[in-house]
Amino acid sequence: MNYPVVKGASYILVHAEDMVIHNGTTQSTERVINPDSEYLKKLPNHLRSFDEAVNYLPNQVYIGNYKPEDLKNQQQPWYQNPLKDADRFGKFGEMMPEDEFIGLIKIVDVFDLVKLTKEFTEEVKAKLEVHPLIKGREDLISRLKTGDELSDIEKLIDEQGAEPLITGGNTVGCVKRAHDVDENLSAHVLFENLVSKASGVLAGLNLIAKNDINPDDVEYVIECSEEACGDMNQRGGGNFAKAIAEMVGLKNATGSDTRGFCAAPTHALIVAASLVQSGAFKNVVVLAGGSTAKLGMNGKNHVEKDMPILEDVIGGFAVLVSENDGVNPILRTDLIGRHTVGTGSSPQAVMSALVTAPLDKGNLKITDIDKYSVEMQNPDVTKPAGAGDVPTANYKMIGALGVMRKDLERAEINDFIGKHGMEGWAPTQGHIPSGVPYLGFAREDMLEDKIQRAMIVGKGSLFLGRMTNLFDGVSIVVEKNPGKADEEKGVSEEEVRKLVAEAMRDFASHLLQD
Amino acid sequence: MMSLFDADKKVIIIGDRDGIPGPAIEECVKTTDAEVVFSSTECFV
Repeated sequence: MNYPVVKGASYILVHAEDMVIHNGTTQSTERVINPDSEYLKKLPNHLRSFDEAVNYLPNQVYIGNYKPEDLKNQQQPWYQNPLKDADRFGKFGEMMPEDEFIGLIKIVDVFDLVKLTKEFTEEVKAKLEVHPLIKGREDLISRLKTGDELSDIEKLIDEQGAEPLITGGNTVGCVKRAHDVDENLSAHVLFENLVSKASGVLAGLNLIAKNDINPDDVEYVIECSEEACGDMNQRGGGNFAKAIAEMVGLKNATGSDTRGFCAAPTHALIVAASLVQSGAFKNVVVLAGGSTAKLGMNGKNHVEKDMPILEDVIGGFAVLVSENDGVNPILRTDLIGRHTVGTGSSPQAVMSALVTAPLDKGNLKITDIDKYSVEMQNPDVTKPAGAGDVPTANYKMIGALGVMRKDLERAEINDFIGKHGMEGWAPTQGHIPSGVPYLGFAREDMLEDKIQRAMIVGKGSLFLGRMTNLFDGVSIVVEKNPGKADEEKGVSEEEVRKLVAEAMRDFASHLLQD
Repeated sequence: MMSLFDADKKVIIIGDRDGIPGPAIEECVKTTDAEVVFSSTECFV
């Protein structure tokens, strides 16, 4: 089979300190039910600066400056062992500070919903004009315009239900509502959607720039975040994908949105692989921006334990899936795992459907997969909140299945976790840590001949939407490209068929002539 | 002898997405005399 390949990947983070306070749902809920709480009072003292977030090892791994294996060499909790002078720009992407990101929110707004003050516009314009990926894009920078009076912005916030844009503790702008009655076009919803769009755009820009991709070659975009855009007559109408493609500059692309809670990126990857393998499109981008709602989600536990609020970044990623080039890792569309309606909900049933079922199809052992990329949540965030070390919990279950299948001995489980697992490094942004954070490293490790195979596993909590009690998940095996051999063989077989067909046609025409 | 899941016990189940989900715990409790009054799965990530 001529499998599609993972041709490139990008990963971005946005440090959003003030958005933790004003837009994270843990905090906004607390303001409603317990406005004088100790938590809200203490919270501002627990926020990290941009530099602190940049020097945080898991964030550096996310943007590709460090490798997942570097996490093992640094003692946990990682926030107590910061790096020095780490770079905000990474091999796979970048970390953007809040002020630049608010500028980007204005840039991606095409309905004049975002208003920024004149002073802030000037400041942020100067910063974005030297940003390596935005400086050459006058079409983007000009969208900042010249700004508005602060008094007009305050009036919109006080009287028209506009959502304030705050950074450095100051109101620098707002997002207006787009309808007087329609909740789906309220300032709050539009703000969240614009954040998702802007972070998706940043991931797209990095994908193009860091992987030397011609934007004109991209034919289709699949967006897989957890937001919904639409109005009261079509609440989740979409289409973030095309809106993001427009801003990134993918002029030959259309696209659509794939949803499935945290499992959506892996679903989208499988759909993208299928579109490429079928020949429908040659280059498909899978991407997603992040969410402000989840900022500080476990903040109460972090403050209680006198830790910094570690959920202070919005995440984003993008992956390019392309025709087989004989070089980049292949997506084994014949080795896909699915949690089906009938699978059941016990952890054993879930992991068997996602992990061992695809291995059986390929006649592979559990140990034939070099790295399992599961829910790669950062344990620094989850352990103090009582949610444990999520990747390790997943690896233990995979190891246990390995013992049941006699692929490994019971005593070998810990070795298995050490060798085939990884420490989590991704922020708890729902879909962002789910399976896909390792794709960039997997591609590198396979190109450098360090590993042969990886499995990307995505899981989703469908029950949160109250439409079903079912859980969901899908998985796919990524494999080192065996090289041109298969492709050439495929082509030559095709050529042979063509020659035979031509010969038969010639023979038939001779018969007719005779 | 008294057991944890007698007929007069009402059970509230809060499962964990990455641990044991609610429906799986519910299946186990159903084999006892206790009554499941609420079952849900939470996601902390």
